[in-house]
Amino acid sequence: MLCNTLKTNGFCAKALNFYLTYIMPKITLTVNGKTHTHEVEGRLLLVHYLRDTLGLTGTHVGCDTSSCGTCTIHLDGKAIKSCSLLAAQADGSSITTIEGLAPEGELHPLQEGFKEEHGLQCGFCTPGMIMCAADLLSRNPDPTEQEIREGLEGNICRCTGYHNIVRAIQYAAQKSAVAV
Amino acid sequence: MSNKFIGKSVKRIEDKRFITGKGRYTDDIVLPGMTYAYILRSPYAHARIRSIDYSAAEAMQGVVTIMTGEEVGHYGVPCGWQVNFKNGDIMKEPPHPLLVKDKVRHVGDAVAMVVAETRELAQDAAEAIIIDYEVLPAVTDASKAVLPGAPLVHDDVPNNICFDWEIGNPKAEVDEAMASAHHITSLDFVNQRLSPNAMEPRSYIGQYDNVYDKYTLYTSTQNPHLIRLLMCAFVLGLPEHKVRVVGPDVGGGFGSKIYHYTEEALVTLASKKIGRPVKWTETRSEAFQTDAHGRDHVTHAEMGFDAQGNIVGLRIKTFANLGAYLSTFGTAVPTYLHGTLLQGLYTTPKIHLDMTCVFTHTTAVDAYRGAGRPEATFLLERLVDLAALEMGVDPAELRLKNFIPAFDGVTQPGYQTNVALQYDSGNYHSVLERGLEMLGYENFRKEQAEAAKTNKILGVGFSTYIEACGIAPSAVVGSLGARAGLYEVGQVRVQPTGKISVFTGAHSHGQGHETTFAQVVADRLGIPMEDVDIIHGDSDTVAFGMGTYGSRSLAVGGSAIVKSLDKIIEKGAKIAAHKLECSADDIEFKDGKFTVKGTDKSLSFGDIALTAYVPHVYPANLEPGLDFSSFYDPTNFTYPFGCHIAVVEIDKETGFTRVKRFIAVDDVGNVINPMIVDGQIHGGLAQGIGQALFEGVEFDENGQITNGSYMDYTMPRADDLPMFELDRQVTPCPHNPLGVKGAGEAGCIGSTPAVVNAVIDALWSAGHKVKDVRMPMTPERVWKAMQPA
Repeated sequence: MLCNTLKTNGFCAKALNFYLTYIMPKITLTVNGKTHTHEVEGRLLLVHYLRDTLGLTGTHVGCDTSSCGTCTIHLDGKAIKSCSLLAAQADGSSITTIEGLAPEGELHPLQEGFKEEHGLQCGFCTPGMIMCAADLLSRNPDPTEQEIREGLEGNICRCTGYHNIVRAIQYAAQKSAVAV
Repeated sequence: MSNKFIGKSVKRIEDKRFITGKGRYTDDIVLPGMTYAYILRSPYAHARIRSIDYSAAEAMQGVVTIMTGEEVGHYGVPCGWQVNFKNGDIMKEPPHPLLVKDKVRHVGDAVAMVVAETRELAQDAAEAIIIDYEVLPAVTDASKAVLPGAPLVHDDVPNNICFDWEIGNPKAEVDEAMASAHHITSLDFVNQRLSPNAMEPRSYIGQYDNVYDKYTLYTSTQNPHLIRLLMCAFVLGLPEHKVRVVGPDVGGGFGSKIYHYTEEALVTLASKKIGRPVKWTETRSEAFQTDAHGRDHVTHAEMGFDAQGNIVGLRIKTFANLGAYLSTFGTAVPTYLHGTLLQGLYTTPKIHLDMTCVFTHTTAVDAYRGAGRPEATFLLERLVDLAALEMGVDPAELRLKNFIPAFDGVTQPGYQTNVALQYDSGNYHSVLERGLEMLGYENFRKEQAEAAKTNKILGVGFSTYIEACGIAPSAVVGSLGARAGLYEVGQVRVQPTGKISVFTGAHSHGQGHETTFAQVVADRLGIPMEDVDIIHGDSDTVAFGMGTYGSRSLAVGGSAIVKSLDKIIEKGAKIAAHKLECSADDIEFKDGKFTVKGTDKSLSFGDIALTAYVPHVYPANLEPGLDFSSFYDPTNFTYPFGCHIAVVEIDKETGFTRVKRFIAVDDVGNVINPMIVDGQIHGGLAQGIGQALFEGVEFDENGQITNGSYMDYTMPRADDLPMFELDRQVTPCPHNPLGVKGAGEAGCIGSTPAVVNAVIDALWSAGHKVKDVRMPMTPERVWKAMQPA
C-alpha cells in the first residue's frame, strides 16, 4: 500500500529505488484462504514471495520478460503474471495459486481435463496454463477453439504443441456446463 | 504376459503432482544453509581480459565467496565424441574452462561466480566486479569464419576449422553420376540456429557432506549418471562413489539438458569450498546465451535426376557452426547423426557429403530435438519438392518413384544405405499414400488453383522422412568416435509382497516413463499397474544409466527392463516348479500365474515373490530373492519414418503465412501408449513448424544475440498452430523385444521442410518461381519473395 501511495504521489525514482531495495515494507495478504504477514524486501517480486517465502513452488519462473506465463496466479479473482508485480503491491490482496485451486484431495475440472486429455508433458508450464484457463472460463464458460487459443496467448508451452491443452480446456468447459 | 495395458491410452501416473503444483524441479529444492550463486558473464563476443577486480564485491554484505578463472580455470568440460579430419588427424579440441581467465569467446562466456546469502545479494555483488576488457573483432557465421583473415576463436585452431569430414560414395563417383544427370536441382540455404528453450531454466545445487566426504549434485538434466561420469572422470577428478547426482522433475530438455555444463562443476566445487549448499538457477537471458543451441548449417546441395525422374546422385557441401567451444556431443551432430541420414527414403545410388565443422564466437551448438536428422531431412525434402516443381512433375509421384521398396527386416534383409547405416524395417509408400488420402489431394489442387486467383493463396508441402534413433549400439558408436557406450540399465526388484520397484537409467523430462514403463511391466507380469513403481533420476538408487535423448528411452531403456523381467519369470518358474513338484520346463507363466502346463495347478506371482524371500520350501542351489538388473545394448539403431503434409495459406498483401492443416502419418513401430506417442508427435510438430515460420537465433556483427529473450525470440503460441491431423502405421522394430522404434523426435524431424515446401508451392502457384525463402519465413521474407526482382 505504502509503495503504491509513493508511486501515485510522484515520488522521485531514486528515492523509490532506495525504498524498494532497503526499506522492508510489511505486507498482509491472503493466499489460498490463509492470511500471511511478512516484512519483505521492497524489490521482492510476488512470484519469489510465493515460492521462497511461502514455499508455494507450483508457481514457476520461466523467463525474465513476463512472456512465458508459468507464474500465472489469481489476484483478487483475476489471472496475473506474478513476476510482473512486487510482493509489496499485493498487500491487502487475496491470491489463489495452483495449490489452492481445488480443495485438498479434489481436482478442479481443468486439472482433471489436463490429465484426461494429456494436456501436459514436462509439467512446467502447466500450473500457469491451468490458472490462465480458469480465468478464461470464468469470463467465457463456453469458448470456441479459436477463443481458447487466443486466451492462451500469454502462456508458452514447449512440449504439447497446444493441441491437447485446447482439448483439456474444452473438456473442463463441457464438464463445468454439465455440473451447472 | 497379459494384454491389459500395452497399446492402451492409460492416463499418466505422473500428472497428479504436476497439475496440483507439487512437481519438484531443482529450483524448488531448498536445503538448510543454502547459498545462491550468480555468474558474471562476458558482454562481448570476443575480448581479452586485461584485469578483474573483485575486491569491492568481496567486501559486500552477504557475500560468501567469489571464484574466478585464476582459481578454477584449469578445470574444463570435455567433448564426448571424437571426429577425425579427412586426413586422419584428430579434431581440434581446445579447452572449455569452467571460468575464463584470458579471453572470452562468446557473449555469455563465464568469467566469475559470486556466492552469497541470497540470489539478490549475489547479483548485487557481481555488479560491483570490475573487468577490464580489450574488445576484439568477432565472427559468427561458419562459412565466413573459415575465410583468410577471419578473427580466430582459438589462437591455435587455424581458419577456425575444428575438422573437415566426408561420408558416402567416393567423390569422383558422385561427380560422374551428377555429370550424367538429365536435370540437377541445386539449392543454397541456411538451416538456421535455434534455441531449444525448455520452459524450465537450467538449475543446479551443489552440496558437500564433510562427514562422509560426499558430494550431491541436484541438476535439471536428461542423464544424471552421464553427468556424474563426466564430472568425476573428466572434469574434477572426484571418486565416482563419493558423488551422487540427482535429477528431480525436469521441465523439458529437447537435447539442451544432455550436456555437462560448466555450472554443474562450479556449484559442486563451491559447495566444498564454503561447506554449504550452493544453488544456481539461470535466468532466461542466460539460457539464450549458454544453453547449447541447435542446427546452424550453411549448405549448398545438388540432386541429380535421369530423364525418367530417378534420382542419380546427391552432392552436398555444408559448413556447420559448432560455436565457441565443443559441447558434449557437438561434433557428432553434423557428422554421424546427419551425414548418415542422407539416403532418406530414396534409392539414391551415389551420395557425397563434404562437411566442415567450424568454431565461431557464438554459443555452443549441440543436439536439439532431432539433432542432425532434421537437417538431413530438410535438405532432402526441399530438394525433392523443388525438383518436382522445376521438372513439372508431381512431388508425391516423384517420391513414390524413388522410394526404397518395403522390407520387414525379418524375412527380408535390412536396407544397406550408401551412408553407413542399415535400415531395420520400412514400408514407405504406404505412409505417403495414407497422407494423400487424408489430404484429399485431388480436391486440394482444384482448391489451390481457385485460390491462386485471390489474395489468399494456398500451398501444399510434403516431407517424407526417416530417422535413426534408439541410440545406440555401443560397438558401432565406439568405432565412430563416441567416448561412451550407449546401452541402458533396467533393474526390476520384486518386493516380498509381489509389489514391483523398477529402476531405470532413462530419465523422463516430460515423456511419461512412469506410465509407459509401468504398462510394460504390469502386462509382462500380469499384475495391476498400481503395483508397479518406476524410479529414475538418482545415481544412488539407480545402478547406472545413459539417460533420455535420441528417442531411446523405450527402445533401449524399456528393453533393459524387459530383459530383467525375463530373468524374473525364468527364476519364478524354477521356484514354482519346485513347489508344484514338476520340471521348470513344464511351467508356463501367463496372466500373473505360474501354471503346470495342461493342468489347473498354479501359483500366483505374489506366492512366488513371497517364497523367494521366505525360502523355506525352495530349490537347492537357487539364491533367495527376486531382483534382477540388466544392461541392454541394442544391435542396431531403430528407424522410424513417416509422411508429413502441410497446407498453408499466404496473404499476398502482407506475406503472413498460416498453417491451415498439418497431417502426420508416422510409423514409430509398436506403440505402448498411443496418447503419449501422439503427444510426443504434437510437440515435435510444433517445434518443427516453429523453425519454419517463427524461430531463429540472430546475431549482430559484434556477436550479440539480438533476440535473446522470450519477448524477442518467437516460439509458436497457441493461436499460431492448427489442430494436428494424425494417423499411424505400425512396422515393428525387428531387433528389440518390444518392437518399438521411438517417437520423441519424429515430429520435429519431418515437419519443417513440409511447411517450407508448402510456402514455395503456394508462391509457384501464384507465378513467383522462387527456390527458397529463408527460415524463419516471416511475413516480410514471404512478402519480399512475391515482389518483382
